[in-house]
Amino acid sequence: MSEVLERRAALTGIGQSEIGRRLGRDPLGLTLDACLAAIEDAGLAPRDIDGLATYPGAMGGAPGFTGAGISEVHDALRLELDWYTGGIELPGQLGSVIDACAAVATGLARHVLCFRSVWEGTAQGKDGRAGIGVGAGGAGGSGFRAAGPTMEWTLPFRAYSAANWIAMMAQRHFHEYGTTREQLAWIALNGRRNAADNPRAIYREPMTLGDYLGARMISTPFCLYDCDVPCDGATAMIVSRLDRARDLRRPPLRVEAVGSALRGRPSWDQFDDLTTMALRDAAKMMWERTDLRPADVDVAELYDGFSFIALAWLEALGFCGKGEGGPFIEGGARIARDGEIPLNTNGGQLSGGRLHGYGFLHEACVQLWGEGGARQVPGAPRVAVAAAGGGPLGGCLLLARD
Amino acid sequence: MSAVPFRILPRVTAANEHFWRGGAEGKLQFLRCNVCGTWIHPPAPVCPSCYGRDVVVAAVSGLATVVTFTLNHQPWVPAPDHPYAIAIVELDEQPGLRLMTNVVGCPAEAVSIGQRVRVVFEQHDEDVWIPLFAPVSGASGADG
Repeated sequence: MSEVLERRAALTGIGQSEIGRRLGRDPLGLTLDACLAAIEDAGLAPRDIDGLATYPGAMGGAPGFTGAGISEVHDALRLELDWYTGGIELPGQLGSVIDACAAVATGLARHVLCFRSVWEGTAQGKDGRAGIGVGAGGAGGSGFRAAGPTMEWTLPFRAYSAANWIAMMAQRHFHEYGTTREQLAWIALNGRRNAADNPRAIYREPMTLGDYLGARMISTPFCLYDCDVPCDGATAMIVSRLDRARDLRRPPLRVEAVGSALRGRPSWDQFDDLTTMALRDAAKMMWERTDLRPADVDVAELYDGFSFIALAWLEALGFCGKGEGGPFIEGGARIARDGEIPLNTNGGQLSGGRLHGYGFLHEACVQLWGEGGARQVPGAPRVAVAAAGGGPLGGCLLLARD
Repeated sequence: MSAVPFRILPRVTAANEHFWRGGAEGKLQFLRCNVCGTWIHPPAPVCPSCYGRDVVVAAVSGLATVVTFTLNHQPWVPAPDHPYAIAIVELDEQPGLRLMTNVVGCPAEAVSIGQRVRVVFEQHDEDVWIPLFAPVSGASGADG
């Protein structure tokens, strides 16, 4: 293995805005709340920030999908940047943080501010979650035609949402491995159990297996509780060069390894193994870059935009065997905070809110710094994995506290 | 048959019209490498197997197998036929040559993985033929 350059990077500060189902606030304001909080948390000032990264950046598309782009944050904080990037063609939402690690490792920046903000709750309004290209300010309507590498091959077939696309991945997993809804439920039930101890989570009231099985169907096998909850909120973190991180406010969280690979086809329907999706490749790459093993991980914060994605990440990352995710999570003991591999300790996106990827990395940092309060994993965790993305998108980071 | 449902239609271009308009002649068409025979989807002007540029339009049999599916219940747009079946099917001509589509012509609840299906076309707006798939009559296995 050649030198693993991302080990020159560390997480040094985190920040989050208020989070709510529908806050009705200016999304740039939310974004800046998170950014300034992260800068302060690291013990830095805006003038210290010389890099800026975000996902997906300024763009049209689904309502509320992005709260601010690079240039808005750059200008609002009058940053003096040596390096910046914002875009959506990345290995998942955390691909932007992986880029930041590469930037500090290669000396292009010392302290990179990374952010992701959403205001889907407010933007989609009372009608609830919108499909892609339809409704709630989407591009639907007479004359609109689907184009592009994803939309051309999905929307004309009435597959308006990633809920449909990922549901098909789950259905295939059910078919090949005998996975059941009663098993998959534990991603949602575990999230809700943890959200009860997270005052910032959206849904905190107890949920039972009966509640889950009785919920209305969205796209088989997914019911309402398999789908995350659109919300308003912003998350930010600081990626610093490790040699610039030692004298900051917090103990740095070293980036042990990242996974950004996509070795299969970049497609929701053409990818070779629909049951693993691209998570397989990102996870494999990450483990190729470290001597740590899955058994060394103390806490896992794994994307659950749809429940099945978290199950697929558990398998991809090797916490259980391929196809064994259903039995592994059934009953919820192994993924509880005092279990084999504590999962989504803040409630994930299913109960915590759809902060879209960055919330998982934020929570990994919270846990490694021992600041989880009532939801803190016991035993002072030292190693955490944060992963985001599903379908042909996937990126993950392994963090370690010395 | 129920009425033709609302669909967001594809933007038809010179690069994809063989696919979206092949239904006018009852043909499901893809690009194919004229040298090594590889079927190419989505359309691209270079063969992904031999990297040759001699790529031509060719029709497949229209026979396929359901790889996976979902029954959509959520009213993303108003429609009279919830739940309807969205599927990924694999064409007989080549492993991995897949399409996202809808399975029609049977109750949504009758759709299953491994089901044998055949293309049918649904015309929209005079210029687009959406390839959908219906169960091959009376078959569950290797119906030709």
